[in-house]
Amino acid sequence: MKCPEQIVEWMHDYLDGDIDREDQQKLNEHLQSCKECEAIFYQLKKTITLVQGISQIKAPPNFTENVLARLPKEKKKVSAKRWLQHHPVLAAASVFFILMIGSLLSTWNQDHEFSVSKQNNLVVKNNTVIVPKGKVVKGDVIVRNGKLKIEGEVQGDVTVINGEKYLASAGHVTGEIEEVNEVFDWLWFYMKKTAKDVVNIFESNKTEK
Amino acid sequence: METIVKKRIKQVKKGDQNAFGEIVELYKDRVYHVCFRMLGNKQEAEDAAQEAFIRAYMNISSFNEDLKFSTWIFRIATNLCIDRIRKKKPDYYLDAEVSGTDGLTMYSQIASDAPLPEKELESQELQETIQQEILKLPEKYRSAIVLKYIEELSLNEISEILDLPLGTVKTRIHRGREALRKQLRHV
Ligand SMILES: [Zn+2]
Repeated sequence: MKCPEQIVEWMHDYLDGDIDREDQQKLNEHLQSCKECEAIFYQLKKTITLVQGISQIKAPPNFTENVLARLPKEKKKVSAKRWLQHHPVLAAASVFFILMIGSLLSTWNQDHEFSVSKQNNLVVKNNTVIVPKGKVVKGDVIVRNGKLKIEGEVQGDVTVINGEKYLASAGHVTGEIEEVNEVFDWLWFYMKKTAKDVVNIFESNKTEK
Repeated sequence: METIVKKRIKQVKKGDQNAFGEIVELYKDRVYHVCFRMLGNKQEAEDAAQEAFIRAYMNISSFNEDLKFSTWIFRIATNLCIDRIRKKKPDYYLDAEVSGTDGLTMYSQIASDAPLPEKELESQELQETIQQEILKLPEKYRSAIVLKYIEELSLNEISEILDLPLGTVKTRIHRGREALRKQLRHV
């Protein structure tokens, strides 16, 4: 018996699950009557079963670690971000801290103008503040971005930020004298002041109660 | 699973390597297995599979999120395997022999270590025979057969992975099947 030309094609279409009804019928009819084609068809199906039956194998141990080790270094920004996502409380704290430092630094940067606390008996001449001889200044004196000459008496603390202080032999300060020149000194001073203010707020709250 | 993968890919696009590690974990076995059946050698398969993931990471920005990640990673992996096969073509026979002896030493080890039940030994031998016959297929038929019968992917997926028309994929599978049938019919 002569085999139809497309018989093998039909077999493959059948195996792909992609054969139309008519072809399938022709295929079946022929296979029933042709031992050779039947054998080929059987061998094809057996081949598929054999290949499908090949055992699954797993990737070797440490595969993922080895891949990650071969990647280019991760950008710092990303690992920091992931760290923040995994530590929300610390993240909030560090954001607060960064913002605080940031705002302090920007205050410092904007703060280049000469200024002085207002008190009686203080004399100002070009960016120099003088406590004249024989005069008494009451209260804390703060000078920013300028010089302070003390020839008389200050009844309180003296702070010179980003400037110079000159204490004459006759001059006298009853409180503390502090000079702040570096950014970090200044930050420290500012934080102490803030802390004091905070404490003061709590204390005044207490007294109100 | 695809939604988790999509989420991880967004993170990887921002450079997150931990997220990429999770993706590798999900796909490593399948990718490694395809490479092993394509190349027939464990060390080479590991190299190729690792390289596939590294390339995926490096090119993640060009990954089209409408595509399944598996389609993309299989495409990269099969291309790499085909390249490797082509590069070593001149000593193809030598290589075939080498991987053949590789398999044999594995048998002799197994045989000497512990006397396996006859059936198991038989199936080990059969596995090796099938692997060797797959390796004898020209690489274009081999990739189609491996994806179809080892990964059990649909013809449409295979056509996406190999970036070939469906008709071409069918032809390759038919030819591959036919070649394997001739080699395996007496098994
Ligand atoms: Zn026939």
